[in-house]
Amino acid sequence: MSEHLAAQGSGPGITTSRHASPRSYIIGYAVALILTFASFAAASTHLIYGPSVPILLGVLAIAQMGVHLVFFFHISSAPDQTNNFLSLAFGILIVGLTVFGSMIIMANLNHMMPSMEKLIDMQR
Amino acid sequence: MTSAELVGGDGHAVPFSEQGPAPKQVVVGYGFWLFLLSDIIIFAALFAAYAVLSGAVAGGPSGPELFDRQRVFTETMCLLASSVTCGFGSIAVQRRNQALAYFWMTATLVLGALFLKQEVAEFSAMVALGAGPSRSAFLSAFYTLVGTHGMHVTVGLAWLIVMLAQLATLGFQPMVQRRFFCFALFWHALDIVWIGVFTIVYLGAH
Repeated sequence: MSEHLAAQGSGPGITTSRHASPRSYIIGYAVALILTFASFAAASTHLIYGPSVPILLGVLAIAQMGVHLVFFFHISSAPDQTNNFLSLAFGILIVGLTVFGSMIIMANLNHMMPSMEKLIDMQR
Repeated sequence: MTSAELVGGDGHAVPFSEQGPAPKQVVVGYGFWLFLLSDIIIFAALFAAYAVLSGAVAGGPSGPELFDRQRVFTETMCLLASSVTCGFGSIAVQRRNQALAYFWMTATLVLGALFLKQEVAEFSAMVALGAGPSRSAFLSAFYTLVGTHGMHVTVGLAWLIVMLAQLATLGFQPMVQRRFFCFALFWHALDIVWIGVFTIVYLGAH
């Protein structure tokens, strides 16, 4: 990595160390494997209180996405990563608005919808 | 390393505005990063559709009756391993090591193809059971979401084959190295989307 390159900020996946090492991928693989095993185990076991399983799955998934971002994409909060980090934050904002916004609006519409009998009644 | 540390010939710091355009690798990497984020926003819309429609089975089969967790686990292992071999391959490309680059990128290709084979088998088994995309809103959303991810994997495999051909004909030109670099980012992004798919679609079904 040349000095010039580092000074201008770097793209995602570019490590600022001079030698991108396989070590980061091996660590990432190990942690991702543990998290994947934990997800599949949590979904099929009866040892965990049922209603808490979806929350546990969500936490494990978000953790694994973070592991992938750090060890595979080499995204960090380093000064030369500001552009990548800010665009990632904006992406997460849009993803959150789309997913949770849609779910809230659709659940609300569902709730406000009169029952079928009432709808037929209203058409008389 | 911050911009203030870059010093010119006379010993003074070169202001940011006079450092000239960023190197091509940085511009390409950043541009591709923005593309990947917008691609993930497409998937967010499909995830939202799936979350809203997952209960709308219209009297047809529901998720737990159709999904085979063992198969999904195998698929997940294939894709995760292919992400790692892809990382090793891109290091080999950076270091201009032709033998290792071929080895790891071919491993990525094989693991990606195994993933796709499993997914095609799953889809055709479901369609044979009468659970095609037109059966219910739940299944339409399912095929759209998982199928879009599978389509991305297919495009990625085609891209990888083209890149292997370019490596054979053009060698380690900077242009080829940049394209391999973008391919690796694309492949890692697909693995991130798959985490969402197996968590929400397959493990979240109940």
